[in-house]
Amino acid sequence: MHILYAILIGPFVTMAREPAFLIEVLIGGLLAGVMYSLVALGFVLIYKASGVFNYAQGTMVLFAALTFVGMLEAGLPVLLSLIAVIAVMIVLAFAVERVVLRPLVNQSEIILFMSTLGISYFLVGLGQILWGGDVHPLDIGIPSGPLTVHGILINQLDLYAAIVAGTLVVALALFFQKTRVGRALRAVADDHQAAMSVGIPLKQIWVVTWAIAGLVALAAGIMWGASLGVQFSLALVALKALPVLILGGFTSIPGAIVGGLIVGAAEKLGEVFWGPVIGSGVEDWFAYILALIFLLFRPQGLFGERIIERV
Amino acid sequence: MSEPGSLLRVNNVEVIYDHVILVLKGVSLAVPEGGIVALLGANGAGKTTTLKAISNLLRAERGEVTKGSVEFRGERVDRLSPSDLVRRGVVQVMEGRHVFQHLTVEENLLTGAFTRRDGRGGIARDLEHVYLHFPRLKERRYAQAGYTSGGEQQMIAIGRALMSRPKLILLDEPSMGLAPQLVEEIFEITRSLNREEGLAVLLAEQNANIALRFAGYGYILESGRVVLDGPAAALRQNADVKEFYLGLGGEGRKSYRDVKHYKRRKRWLA
Repeated sequence: MHILYAILIGPFVTMAREPAFLIEVLIGGLLAGVMYSLVALGFVLIYKASGVFNYAQGTMVLFAALTFVGMLEAGLPVLLSLIAVIAVMIVLAFAVERVVLRPLVNQSEIILFMSTLGISYFLVGLGQILWGGDVHPLDIGIPSGPLTVHGILINQLDLYAAIVAGTLVVALALFFQKTRVGRALRAVADDHQAAMSVGIPLKQIWVVTWAIAGLVALAAGIMWGASLGVQFSLALVALKALPVLILGGFTSIPGAIVGGLIVGAAEKLGEVFWGPVIGSGVEDWFAYILALIFLLFRPQGLFGERIIERV
Repeated sequence: MSEPGSLLRVNNVEVIYDHVILVLKGVSLAVPEGGIVALLGANGAGKTTTLKAISNLLRAERGEVTKGSVEFRGERVDRLSPSDLVRRGVVQVMEGRHVFQHLTVEENLLTGAFTRRDGRGGIARDLEHVYLHFPRLKERRYAQAGYTSGGEQQMIAIGRALMSRPKLILLDEPSMGLAPQLVEEIFEITRSLNREEGLAVLLAEQNANIALRFAGYGYILESGRVVLDGPAAALRQNADVKEFYLGLGGEGRKSYRDVKHYKRRKRWLA
């Protein structure tokens, strides 16, 4: 009885007793969730346009951040470094299309997936050769102290990350829904062959997608790097995007955002309020349990595209 | 075999899949400017492969044109990418329709204009034009294409191809899985497009009956070879075609009891 009370009721009593603290934890969680959303977004983009689950997305985050820090440390000004990294990510997109995707046209999804495993290891190795294996601090000039709003503490870095992510998401949504190329990207995602038959050049579309995914990775890499330092564990943080994707649906941009927010908020709440009862470390596994439950009851995720079946 | 003024000429094309499977064994055909040409044959005769060899969609399926050439308006086009071909005015409507299921009907049509560079005005005009030919699509313009009926999907596929402003449209099996009335409707629309806009059509069909009614000229394909060709009217009268493709025996309807006892041997096998 005592244990049941501690798990089922106790935490809520604590929440009710200190609403300000609850809100603080919740906001902290949501802002952290935005970071997950950013990484998940990169996965969704590539999955939508080429049906490939890009395992290398996490490594791309790392690689982009490493390159950015490397340029800064070499003495380049921030803006110039940013432009240079963007160029590097675009070159990477061209290279992936030319060297990996083009020879594998019409292969099954699992083969494409495995090729992205290869890309991932390649990028880790390349990053290490170019910039070494140390932890690089990244200071992008955002004051790190917490902001106090009505007695609630908010991490400023998280706040900026949320603004960046929000802007990116709105821009991408407009791009996909309103532009000619965005429409072509969605068409390719639906049916490669038909897209080719109406004259949409797949090669260009793939380059565009990978370049966009690279830019999203860069944004995520800079924000993550600024809070954790740029190091190789960044690539692993990106794996948190998996439960986010399962929650939100692999094919949905809004899904990636909402999924990220839910995972971020839920694991923070779990850690703070349930951690003392069932042992700490809730943050590490909670997202995966949530994903498992979703797989059982709603495998396409919250916003995933329904599988259309005409009978 | 064709007059020099033809829009499309396929010369002795041989296609090999996966480096080993010989599917087309030297197919030649021609489509005149503004004509409707039917390509008839049973399952596996090579109709789809012929169309894909022309539109260059073969390469993505590990098929390769190993011999022969394809000329469009007198220029070799067999090394171009599908998107270059669309830009020049050759577009394929694939068998099985292949609409973009998660896009709306209108978005589907607009993807067809991807290769065009003439700006929004022209594209908007052509969209209205497609709706004029397919009023049903206008009613359903905001519906998700995956949820439209088979006939509507075929209309979307044709309309989408029209949005690229083609000179020649390669129609693969438009009658597949559709009710006879709808097949008739789609063929009528195709004919009016042909008459009003001079759109040339190369039509692959199993349904020889309807294809020969609408086409001006026909080719009959059997195991990767053209075995017979001629004006559609002549083909309709040909005894072999009647027996094997139109299902008309010498003495009218046949009983299923003796359907296996062919009295004729295909003359082109001799």
